[in-house]
Order: sequence, then C-alpha cells, then structure tokens
Amino acid sequence: MAARVGIPSSLFYYVHFPMWQTFFSELGVEVVTSGQTTKGLLDQGVREALADACVPIKLFFGHVISLKDSADYLFIPRIVCLNRKTIYCPKFLGLPDMIRHGLTGMPPIIDVQMDSRQGFASLWKSYLKIGRIFGLGKGRIFMAYLKAYMVARRFQSLMRSGLHPPEAMAVLSGKENIADPVDYNGDLTFAVLGYPYEVHDQFISVGLVKKLKKMGIRVITIENLSPRKISRANILDKNMFWTFSDLALNAAYYLFKEGGVDGIIHLTAFGCGPDSMVDKFMEISSRDYPEIPFMSVTIDEHTGDAGISTRLEAFVDMVKRRKEVKNNSCPR
Amino acid sequence: MPKVTFPRMGESYRAFRMLMNDLGNEVIIPPRPNKKTLDFGVRYSPEFACLPLKILTGTYVETCMSGAELIITSGGSGPCRAGLYGQLHKKILNSIGFPVDIIVFEAPKSHPIDFLRKVKRVNSSRLSYLAIWECVKRGWEKLKYLDDLEKTTHALRPRELKKGSTTKVYREVLEWIDGAYAMKEIHEAGKEALNTLKLVPHDTRRAVLRVGIVGEIYVLLEPASNLEIEETLGNLGVEVHRSMFLTGWTRDNTVKETSGILSVKEAAMPYIPLCIGGHGRESVGHTILYARDGFDGVIQMAPFTCIPEIVARTILTRVSREHNIPVLTFFLDEQTGKAGMSTRLEAFVDLIRRKKNAPVSDNRIIVG
Ligand code: SF4
Ligand code: SF4
Repeated sequence: MAARVGIPSSLFYYVHFPMWQTFFSELGVEVVTSGQTTKGLLDQGVREALADACVPIKLFFGHVISLKDSADYLFIPRIVCLNRKTIYCPKFLGLPDMIRHGLTGMPPIIDVQMDSRQGFASLWKSYLKIGRIFGLGKGRIFMAYLKAYMVARRFQSLMRSGLHPPEAMAVLSGKENIADPVDYNGDLTFAVLGYPYEVHDQFISVGLVKKLKKMGIRVITIENLSPRKISRANILDKNMFWTFSDLALNAAYYLFKEGGVDGIIHLTAFGCGPDSMVDKFMEISSRDYPEIPFMSVTIDEHTGDAGISTRLEAFVDMVKRRKEVKNNSCPR
Repeated sequence: MPKVTFPRMGESYRAFRMLMNDLGNEVIIPPRPNKKTLDFGVRYSPEFACLPLKILTGTYVETCMSGAELIITSGGSGPCRAGLYGQLHKKILNSIGFPVDIIVFEAPKSHPIDFLRKVKRVNSSRLSYLAIWECVKRGWEKLKYLDDLEKTTHALRPRELKKGSTTKVYREVLEWIDGAYAMKEIHEAGKEALNTLKLVPHDTRRAVLRVGIVGEIYVLLEPASNLEIEETLGNLGVEVHRSMFLTGWTRDNTVKETSGILSVKEAAMPYIPLCIGGHGRESVGHTILYARDGFDGVIQMAPFTCIPEIVARTILTRVSREHNIPVLTFFLDEQTGKAGMSTRLEAFVDLIRRKKNAPVSDNRIIVG
C-alpha cells in the first residue's frame, strides 16, 4: 500500500498545494487533504489550539486533527523564506513545533525546512530530503521536483491571468474549463486584499469574494497582481518582514497609486499580529486617496453571515453612488 | 538644542538621559506609563497591536505634548513587529498632528554607514567619535549598576524583615546613581548604592520559593507594563529570577554555572529548532534551564497577540510536563488588572509551595 501523506487544506495550501500534490503523486505517494473548511473543523481547532492564537492557526489545528487517522504522515514543512527576502510570520516558522508539542497522537510530521536564503538550490535540497523519507532515488525525486515545479509555474500564470487560487486549482485538475461563470454586468472592480488562507477560504471569509461576484463586481486579489510591480510600490523605508503581509501592504500601496479599482477591502483575521500593523498602514495611506474607498473587515470564529453582508452591501452602495456622481459631474 | 526623547524601559532612562545630554540634546524624559499613557496608546494604536506598541504610542504622545521633536529608538529585523514600530509610530504621530521625526537605530553590524549617519544626527554638540565613545561607556556603566540594583532587590524582597523596606531604599539609592557623572563617580555611587541596599534588614536563612520569569522583553523590563509583578511576587515571599536584563544575559551566569554549558539556544533546540523572532525561543530555553536548576516555577509574561510568545506558550505545555515545572502564563493587555493578577499569582504560589512540600506530580499549566 502506498504511503499516505496528509496535507491540511489551510495556510500554505492555497499557495503550494498544486506543486506539492504533483510532487508526491510523482513519487507514488498518495495525497490526502482535509477538504474544505467546515464548522466542525473550526470548532475542533478552537477547542485544541491555544485560546490566544489567531483564527487561521486555530483553523489549521482543526484541519490537522481531521487528518489524524487518514494519513501516515503529515506534511507541514517549515517554510522560512522562499524569495530570499522576506520570511513568514513567526507562527509559520513554529508551525511544526506547535503541532508536535501541542497535539498528541498525531502521525509523524514531515517538517523539512525550506529556506531559499541558504544558497543555491536550497529548495531542491529540501525536496530531496522529503523524497528520501520514502526511500526513493535521487533521479526519481528530481523528475518529480521538476514536474512539480512546472505545475507551480502553470498555477502562477493561471492566477496572473485573473483566476483565484481555487479556480486555478480546478483548471489544473481539469475539473472545470471556464472557471468564471459569473457575468460581470456592472463595471465595478474591487480588490480584496488579505492572506490567501483567509481570502480564499470560503468558510472563514464568509464567502466574501463570492458575495461580491454575485453583486456583479469583478474581484481581484493579490495573486492576480505581479509581485515585482507591487513590491516596487513600497513607500516605507523598510520592508515588512513577513511575506504575506509585505505582499498585502504593497498591493494596497500599488493599487492606491495606480488606481484601476473602485474600492479596496482589507480582510484581516482576529488576533493576527502582523495585520494590526498592516491595517493601520493601509488606513493611514487611504486618507491620501479619498477617491478609492477603503474598508477593512475583521473575521473571527463567530463572524456571522448577516453582519458581513450588511456591511458589504452598504460599502458597495456607497461606491456605486460615488461613481455615478462622478460620471454625471464630468460629462464625456 | 533639539528636544529628544526615547522609549522608557524601567530605570534605564537614567542612563540614556545622561548620554543624550552629553551629546548636546535637551531631553524630554518619558514619563512612567500610567493610566493616561495607556488611554492615549489605545486611542491611537491599532486595536490588535501588542501592548508594548500601545504603551509606546502613549508615551510618545505624552512626550510630544511636552515638546519632543525627535524620538530615538532601536529597530531590529527580527521577524517581529518591534522592528517596524518606528515606521508605524511615525505615521501615527504625524497623522494626528505631531511633526516629530523618529530615528531608528539598526544593528551597527549590518548597517554601519546608516548607523554612523544617525549617530551624527543625534550628536548635536559635534563631539568627536572618541568623545562619543567615552559617553557611551559611561552610560553603559550606569546601566550595569541599575541592573545590578534591580537584581539585588529581587533577592532581598522576599527576605526583608519589614515589608516594603527594600523598595523604599531602592527608590532612594537610584537617585544617587542619577547624580553621578564622571566614571569615578558612577563607580562610587554604584558601589555605595549596592552596599546600602544590601543593608536592608533581612533574614538570609528564610526559605523562599524561586520563580523564573520569561517572556517578551518590553513587558519584562518595564514594571509599569507588567503591573509590578516582581514586587508582588517578592511580597509573596518569592525570589524572582528574570531571564532578561538590558545589559544582557551573558553577564549573569548564576544559572549557567549550575547547568553546565548548556546555552539557552541549545536547551530550546529539541522543542523549537529555529529562531522565531522576538524572544519566543528564549522563553522556551530559559524555562528548561530554570527547571534544571531546580526552580519552583516559571512565569511567562507576554503581550496579548504577541506572536512569538504564543508559539512559545503552545510548546511550553509540553516542556512543563516533561521537565516537571509549573508554568503560569499571563497575556497582558490594557485591561489586565492588578487585583486579578494578584489573585492568580497567589494561587500559583500556593500551588508551587504545596508541590515543593509534597513532591508529587501535581503539575499544571495555567493560562490567562
Ligand atoms: S500572519 Fe496573522 S493570521 Fe497569519 S498566522 Fe500569522 S498571526 Fe496568524
Ligand atoms: S515580540 Fe510580541 S510584543 Fe514584541 S513586537 Fe513582537 S508581537 Fe509585539
């Protein structure tokens, strides 16, 4: 029987899953995931994780627990740095440790470190280590890595063409050809900024992106923007240290400056450390760009559907009205 | 003369004030954080910012109102928020109408040029580098005495014969250090202060409990932010050993001697092999060292939403079990009250006292 590796469908899932899945299946290892977030998963996580942790971490605990019996290994790599510049939130750095020491009776954890600052081909070496765990030869591992790398590239380019991660994943697995069934009747474009594991988690984000789409609004997320362009938009004399936060903040700076969106929504998680700063920076900056309305939405484990919908509708109405006023006052 | 100010961490301002004066600046002394400071801090900081950031915001607002024009602080590039405090504070203060500037000193090793440029900016009386170095040395000397004094109070307080006498004498001798200026004077005042402090009537043979304190640096070093936990514990008959002082852990080897050559990093290795920023790994490492040294308990102090300490706390559950040492965690925010804290401390002290007298494995971890 093939070994089964469990990949929690949370946190890095939205960024790396296609690559990881390819890598493991090429190695002949079966991949199991914890599937979409449900109320049950979240409750489980809230029960087991430290009360003071942020919602995404609690949720991650829930996802991990649900894999307890269906996987022989848990894949929770210690991802430190992937772009040679910024690292990940301390909670990511300590992720394997938190799971290992915070939960009992879990399958063995594959916690290979990935740090691109450690020199040439350090990522390949990390993957080599993973492959070795399953007793495979270097050649086979390399082929798997190469294939995984190509998939990752394809995933990236799909997203840059405007798809959101879940849609791009669907395309990659050949499930859905046209990922975008919604017809954009309106001419509004919103940016929803935030961490991929919040924005694209249907449950935890209370379907924010979907709701906007239903209202006929085009939604762009960080994945749709060019990282190089947005990193040039930074106006602080120092980078944010954390990759996801750095991306979110710079994306805001970029969009404020370049325009092209009618509104910006910042989705932040309750209890998130970095976000407290990111959100303040965004808010202060938004005052310089009154023509692009800005709103931040905080989600926690109790966020109700109704509350969010009301706020969203109010915001969308406001943006629409402003746009009409603007269009009327300056005739073409 | 430009009016400068800086963050307040315990008594260290006494040394920094001297240094800044020497360089030819007028110093606005940061006030001891109080209710008003916190109110300002809460009003102008992001809601989920960690407590140190809020307190500092409040402190800066207060000093700006007294006319501060330049804030001097340190940066750092840990994966932690403190490294960006300066940038955020500047934006916040400017946005509420204070035109202050902030100079953030980064580690000289990685940014040497930048460091010298900034030194030049605060060097208002155009001293030579050599002269500056002399000033820094005197400041450092003062800091060391200040730390030594504080450390002495930790040992004395649980043993004092008359409650409150240590604190009273401590307050008094601090002023002596303040008055000293030349290197010789500093040494004299420092020694005199230490000796006087040790004269506080106390019972050397009294059996006291020993508790190690770990956690995030700001809440460890600024008593106003941790609701004077060390004093409270001292009054409960507990000798505290704080894992961090401004002048560094290295100077203090009481723990090292007994635990061999195991460093904090090595101790934490099996649990948390990587620096996670802030002082998360240190909290784990120190707890293990305290356990090995036969301490009766460990208290972790962390700001609410503090990222590295939350990671540490998750891991401490197991450390506590495997090393058989009770750990109590306080997550501090602006709502933490002294009364509630005292109650929990009393319960904890009771617990470790019972455990000491009847060493069964009644070992729990308590969070808050
Ligand atoms: S970035 Fe924020 S939400 Fe994400 S793990 Fe860190 S603290 Fe939690
Ligand atoms: S270590 Fe904790 S308190 Fe300090 S900046 Fe980081 S999150 Fe804030």
